[in-house]
Amino acid sequence: MITEYLFYLLSFLALMFASMVVLTKNPIHSVLYLVLTFFAIAGHYVLLNAQFLAAVHIIVYAGAIMVLFLFVIMLLNLNKETEAHKSIWLKGSAVVASGSLMVVLVGALKGAETIQTTNTFNANIGLIENLGMTLFNEFLLPFELASILLLAAMVGAVMLGKKSIK
Amino acid sequence: MELNFLIYKVILVLIVFSITLLVATYSTYAERKIAAFLQDRIGPDRAGPFGILQPLADAVKMFMKEEMIPSVSNKILFIIGPGLCMLTACMTGVIIPWGKSINIGGVDYPMQIADVNIGILYLFGVLSLGVYGIMIGGWASNNKYSLLGAIRASSQMISYEVAMGISIIALVMTTGTLSTGEIAAQQTSWHWNVLYQPLGCLIFIICAFAETNRAPFDLPECETELVGGYHTEYSSMKLGLFLFAEYINMFISSAVISTFYFGGYNMPLIGRWVHDPNWLAILGFVFLFMKIVGFIFFFMWVRWTLPRFRYDQLMNLGWKVLIPLSILNMVLTGTWMMRHEIMAYFSK
Amino acid sequence: MLTNRSQVVSKKEMTLIEKMYLPAIFSGMWITFTHLFKKSATIRYPEQTREFSGIYRGQHVLKRDEKGAERCTACGLCAVACPAEAITMVSAERKPGEEHLYREEKYAKIYEINMLRCIFCGDCEEACPKEAIFLTDRKVDSFYTRKEFIYGKSILVESKDSPIDLTKRQTPDVKEFKLDKHYAHNQTFDKNKKTKVGGHH
Repeated sequence: MITEYLFYLLSFLALMFASMVVLTKNPIHSVLYLVLTFFAIAGHYVLLNAQFLAAVHIIVYAGAIMVLFLFVIMLLNLNKETEAHKSIWLKGSAVVASGSLMVVLVGALKGAETIQTTNTFNANIGLIENLGMTLFNEFLLPFELASILLLAAMVGAVMLGKKSIK
Repeated sequence: MELNFLIYKVILVLIVFSITLLVATYSTYAERKIAAFLQDRIGPDRAGPFGILQPLADAVKMFMKEEMIPSVSNKILFIIGPGLCMLTACMTGVIIPWGKSINIGGVDYPMQIADVNIGILYLFGVLSLGVYGIMIGGWASNNKYSLLGAIRASSQMISYEVAMGISIIALVMTTGTLSTGEIAAQQTSWHWNVLYQPLGCLIFIICAFAETNRAPFDLPECETELVGGYHTEYSSMKLGLFLFAEYINMFISSAVISTFYFGGYNMPLIGRWVHDPNWLAILGFVFLFMKIVGFIFFFMWVRWTLPRFRYDQLMNLGWKVLIPLSILNMVLTGTWMMRHEIMAYFSK
Repeated sequence: MLTNRSQVVSKKEMTLIEKMYLPAIFSGMWITFTHLFKKSATIRYPEQTREFSGIYRGQHVLKRDEKGAERCTACGLCAVACPAEAITMVSAERKPGEEHLYREEKYAKIYEINMLRCIFCGDCEEACPKEAIFLTDRKVDSFYTRKEFIYGKSILVESKDSPIDLTKRQTPDVKEFKLDKHYAHNQTFDKNKKTKVGGHH
């Protein structure tokens, strides 16, 4: 019962903060609202008993990536005066484009059938021991591939950051 | 039963919270006294005997001072900043196992608020959020020095979190758990983790200094370059909260270091003389507290000994020394743990 | 090489142990640790005070003679000698019946020292031919306004009941030194000669 109320509360918060990200004028406020959205989503993970995912979500997204975003936006010092002027045509076309995208999405989702999960939900699936076993047995190859992808991205970033390559 | 449990938890939270605040309050006094002793001075000795009431006087001063909010600042964020700093500082105390459980009337009452199975991850999550208070406060001040301080704080914290995390991974590999209560319980008698993970412990302590923004890593608030750093524009109790959060962080860091590497509430040989489990639990709390006080002293001792790093030195140490060292530590730990398998593989 | 403690800075490569910094850090921490047990150099001021030198140059006093008459004759030599121009005075003639108040026929009606200007050099004391003005080991108080720092006769002249003891600074040697015409440049106030014979300047 409590979990249900919590679910609705968290969903409401997540949607509200997410829309605030778009609506607010100040980019710093946008970033901070995005952090709050991440918190609401982490709350959903906890409700699903996926504590590991919740913690990692907070550490990686709220703790690292958003801090870097904030870092860059603070340095750029964006505000209303420096914002580029957008013509009424641009705004109108943006509304039409995003509106049609929404129509397509709604239509696609409406037609989709709800997938019936065959295996029963295991309440402990999100706990860290089970997650580790699954990752390193069943999904070993994708897991390692993902790590190689990250490594490649890191090496690429270092190469880009170097001043000159001999 | 449920209600009893709830009441017990609330009481425990209140106790831990008040102990945290009390220790942080007296850390300010201890800092000034230790600084004085290390410099052949006396330190505050006017308020009460030996200046023991000095923190109270400081608090009264902080509350009575004029409150100033710069007119060009972002007022809401300016107020949220120190509050957030304080919140994240206080949140970490939840996962510290303060002692073994006390048995009253056949019911075990653990001296840990929440023994979650992802304790270490929770700790890291809260630590990584700690920087938001500083960043928001520094940016909202609308002052170049504050902004520079905030940016320094964030980049420093992100850099050192990596090395800290990798050094902790080695610890998790040896202990096989992410729960802080379990880690503390494993270190009975002399099986302290510092003996198994000396390099990891060293890296962790260095990173803890950087994460708490303490000297020699106190670049975010370095007076000689940045006036006051991120709290340049702050006055009154908002400034007090920033400073206070630093001391709470120091207390919690000391508790975490003691729990992870120095046996937590365990003390070797004590089991020979004391057999009553309740007394052992209370003594365990005392031992943990002694270790924490020792580490707080260590924090201050380092602050009044070592000069501040230059910014590029800080980044060099973090990225080029500590991270490779922690990865090496992790690889060595893994190799040692798998030694039988490796030997078997080669002898085949 | 005045102290023999100077060291030549070398830019040699650090060894591995030096690069680790830990030995240097620990030795530094040992040094600070030993200071924990050293005696502190602090003097707890209001309760403890540092002992003043016998010739400490503090607040001035205008002395009276043995009978309680003011010694100052308002000759103005102190004001002339004062490098900070802190001393001003107005002289007056002694009326009959005031012999018990003033030692000689002329006296200072107003004698003021601006304590904010005074640099406590003691030149007034040296210049005085009548042994009237002296610096003492008393400290000048602090006030809230500038006016209060201008000390008049009411503060400067010593009270008859509690004369100020100057035996520490006015030793026989000092007295003899002041009497010596050769050194007492206040006697021959000639600018050219002063630099030659004074020996103090």
